[in-house]
Amino acid sequence: MNQRSRLSLLVTQVFILSLMIALFGRVFYLQIGAGSKYRDAALSIQSRDIVDPATRGLIVDSSGVPLALNRVGLAVTVDRSVVDKQTDKGEAVLRRTAKLLKLKYVDVYRHTRLCGELTTKSQAGCWTGTRYQPIPITKDADPNIALQIVERADLFPGIDAAPVAVRNYPGIVGVNAAHLLGYVGPLTESDLAMNDGTKYFRSESIGKAGLEYQYDSYLRGTPGIRTVIVDRKETVTSESQNIASAPGDHLVTSLDVRLQASTESALADAVLRARSTGHRADGGAAVVMDVRTGRILALASYPTYDPNIWEKGLTVQQAKDLFSETTGVPALNRPLQGLYAPASTFKAVSLVAAANAGYDLNTTYSCPAQVSVGNRDFQNFESKSQGTITMKTAIAISCDTIWYKIAFDEWIRDGGLSPKKSAKDYFFSAARGFQIAERTGIDLPSESLGRLPDRNWRLDWYAANKNYFCNYEKRAAKKELTPFLIALAKENCVDGAKIRGGDAVNFAIGQGDTVITPLKLTQMYAAISNGGKIWQPTVARAVVKTDGTVVKKVIPKIIGKLPATASTLTFLKGALREVVVSGTGAGVFSGFPIAISGKTGTGEVFGLNSDGTKKDNTSWFASFGPSEKPRYAVVVMVSQGGFGASTSAVAVRKIYETLFGVTGSIVNPKAAIFPKGPPTSLPKISATTKVAKK
Amino acid sequence: MSRSDFKRRGRQGRPAIWAGFDPILSFAVFALLVLGTLLVYAATRAWYASNGLDPQYYLKRHIFNILIGLALTFGTTAIDYRLLRAYTPILWGIGVLGLLIVLMPGLGNTVNGAKAWISLPGGFQIQPAELAKISIIIGISMILSERLNENREPSHKDVWQALVVAGIPIALILLQPDMGTVMIISASVVTIIAVSGAPSRWVAGLLIVAVIGGFTAVKVGVVSEYQIKRLQSFVDPTADPQSSGYQLRQSRITVGSGGLLGKGLFDGPQTNGRFVPEQQTDFIFTVAGEELGFLGSGFILLLYFVIFIRAFRIARRSQDPFGRMMCTGVIAWFAFQAFENIGMTMGLMPMTGVPLPFMSYGGSSMFANLIGIGLLQNVHARQRG
Repeated sequence: MNQRSRLSLLVTQVFILSLMIALFGRVFYLQIGAGSKYRDAALSIQSRDIVDPATRGLIVDSSGVPLALNRVGLAVTVDRSVVDKQTDKGEAVLRRTAKLLKLKYVDVYRHTRLCGELTTKSQAGCWTGTRYQPIPITKDADPNIALQIVERADLFPGIDAAPVAVRNYPGIVGVNAAHLLGYVGPLTESDLAMNDGTKYFRSESIGKAGLEYQYDSYLRGTPGIRTVIVDRKETVTSESQNIASAPGDHLVTSLDVRLQASTESALADAVLRARSTGHRADGGAAVVMDVRTGRILALASYPTYDPNIWEKGLTVQQAKDLFSETTGVPALNRPLQGLYAPASTFKAVSLVAAANAGYDLNTTYSCPAQVSVGNRDFQNFESKSQGTITMKTAIAISCDTIWYKIAFDEWIRDGGLSPKKSAKDYFFSAARGFQIAERTGIDLPSESLGRLPDRNWRLDWYAANKNYFCNYEKRAAKKELTPFLIALAKENCVDGAKIRGGDAVNFAIGQGDTVITPLKLTQMYAAISNGGKIWQPTVARAVVKTDGTVVKKVIPKIIGKLPATASTLTFLKGALREVVVSGTGAGVFSGFPIAISGKTGTGEVFGLNSDGTKKDNTSWFASFGPSEKPRYAVVVMVSQGGFGASTSAVAVRKIYETLFGVTGSIVNPKAAIFPKGPPTSLPKISATTKVAKK
Repeated sequence: MSRSDFKRRGRQGRPAIWAGFDPILSFAVFALLVLGTLLVYAATRAWYASNGLDPQYYLKRHIFNILIGLALTFGTTAIDYRLLRAYTPILWGIGVLGLLIVLMPGLGNTVNGAKAWISLPGGFQIQPAELAKISIIIGISMILSERLNENREPSHKDVWQALVVAGIPIALILLQPDMGTVMIISASVVTIIAVSGAPSRWVAGLLIVAVIGGFTAVKVGVVSEYQIKRLQSFVDPTADPQSSGYQLRQSRITVGSGGLLGKGLFDGPQTNGRFVPEQQTDFIFTVAGEELGFLGSGFILLLYFVIFIRAFRIARRSQDPFGRMMCTGVIAWFAFQAFENIGMTMGLMPMTGVPLPFMSYGGSSMFANLIGIGLLQNVHARQRG
């Protein structure tokens, strides 16, 4: 062997052995270094999770009658991965399916589109889940029709039918409660992205609104997961885990189906009656609360909708109607999402403010036809003078001018347009004490926040709107260029940052910029009735496992105290009783056998409806009863419903009739909803619980 | 007769047929054959069973191939390798003839885009390119060793001759086209020329030619679209999830998921689910990776390592340049083929359809490999001292 070939052989040896070492290094990297990454990747290639949805817990009323339960429906589903591959993107198949199911093609089309696939305007009814799961176009198919689809797979490629659990709101005794209960729907990408620690599965349904949303984590349960190992042809070769589903827990509420149904119909009647007397009456709210606990016994919103439409497969028209102005936005939960000027019901707050400011409640005040504030005259209601009257009568007959006078005097005392540093602001602080600008904290989603237009709010408001008012003639629309509005804008431009005399007097009668929800007003009147305790309202009483174990008890919480002395509250309660005895509520409650206290409110609303008509008054009646030993607070509001007494108070009376078992002027204690008060023990829960016979 | 040969005599006093074999080399090869048999079975049993076929179909055929291959090993060692030289032209001629038949319309079978197979009765197929490797190695070793016997280095003319002898079959394989085999034969040829003591500019030049040739083959389109796709998916495995990129990714995941100890023989879910195509042939190493883990696949690499070390020892100790060159050529063939195959399953090398020596299912390859081992043992058996 010569030198060169010896060297070449050596080089070749070194080269080849180093190739082997390279392989060794690579194997080490793949299997040891990055092994766990590849193990995960392999697992996702081989394993398939089959999710078996958990049975959702029931929602029952306080005596165990179901408000929400589950039944088996027959779903017809569309597999987009199959349908999209057809030459016409599945149009022919979807049209055929729609025809068979007696659905509109446009509905079927939209139901099977992801929301992102449609233009913003045509998204109503779109699929909020993902493309990779069968998309139901109905969950309530006729078994014979479903059979046709399954048998003629050649005519319906990508269409399937299978039994599914359907959330059902049985509407026992005609109860609707759509806003309270909410609805369930498919998981969306944003739900998955929320990442609040909850483990979701794509095929799960979750609560989307109302109690279904609020208590979803309890109601949903844990889906069962069967993980199977598949081969390249997706044939199952073995099972790697099989975890049975755990049913969701039941939710016991403080509601009562009979009371809820009666509250709903009382509200609907009030709205229809207002309409029959020429009012627009575009919506309403009614709340019944236990003043000793803050528990919600009934809560109604008008207009409402069928809570089962979601599961039946919302049509495009239904989806539009839910949010349409012309149908009165049925989706809006008015008791806690609607904001309205509280009007005269707010005088309860003003009375506390006056008492705190040192006004003698047991003396007389004049109630003139009008009071001049600055350069403007503020009229009494219907511009009537009531002469010199006691404070009690002032509340009973709802005199406005007495409050203009007191509020204006206090405003002057606080420095008027150049406020003192030590301004007392009795009215604002009383309102703050009533928690006007705080949410009640009810266990329902999307509660609106009221507005307390105090000095700070006004500063913020001015900062946001200054430019607009100071350039009003350039910025406002043509039809808003009336001399009055131009003058108002000029005034706002100059001293919009300040509380003016007019603002102060408007505030005292619950007008101007103050708005609250009907639920907030209920909470306030409950607090007046129970000696000043502000309860956090609750709908849920307990979460109970299917075996009866209590998982969670909702304990009522006091979240504040009214800023009023005991004697002020006693006086206020007397005055509110007087409203029903001799004041604005006397007519409606004449002959009612149980003493009720309350206050009417007729709120002026500025602005126009979409058809150009002037907005009608908000009709309020806020109350509690029995007057001596208060147990319930009942508030009814009808927006654009006219006078408080004639529209809302009638509905309130009806609700009390149901609560106490009153027919005409006779009480039948046995017919009362809660003969011994709202139940304190938990009911037995069953999907078949019936309403107790009386 | 060496001492070790003496020890291995049978009772009758006749030498055993494996007398003169390198025992360590024999053991390593045998271990790979056993492991390969188990892995071929592991790769096919679950899938065949789930499709209602005989789960031992591949196992039986593989063992049959090994038995024929072992017979060929012994056959190869029977004649002194120095006498083999006389048959070299015939061997070479048969190789070229086989490659020509493959290219004849109607005679060659196309598998994976390459026209590389001749069908035989009984469902058997042979791949002439595998056997051509042997005739090329012997052929050029003979040409380049002629002058060395007279203690002179190969002349330029010798090298040219060797290149022609190697070039004709390579060109025919290129026409199939089977790039993997071309690459391996070329590497082996360059290695033989390098150790022949030929002028070093030959070695340098050939390496440059190989690089440029590979590059232009892709550019000009000598390589079929199918092969470009395979090479491209090496660069970007996610480019085409359904085809070759899919294969590369799956194979890497399968190897990686084995971890330290593996999923256990016959228990690899990737293997049993058959997510890696061709896993009993070109991708057999993924089965080892998944089911036997780092310990098992590391052991397989160690066995190759041992084979090469022992084979180099035989080459070094060879009495004549012909034996040395032939052994080096065989080592280079095995080593580059093993490196290309294993490297491909782990994403180190582009995807070319070459089997893993001693382990992949496939008769022609197994026969050629075991003949190659026979050549090594032949040289070893004739060493003295």
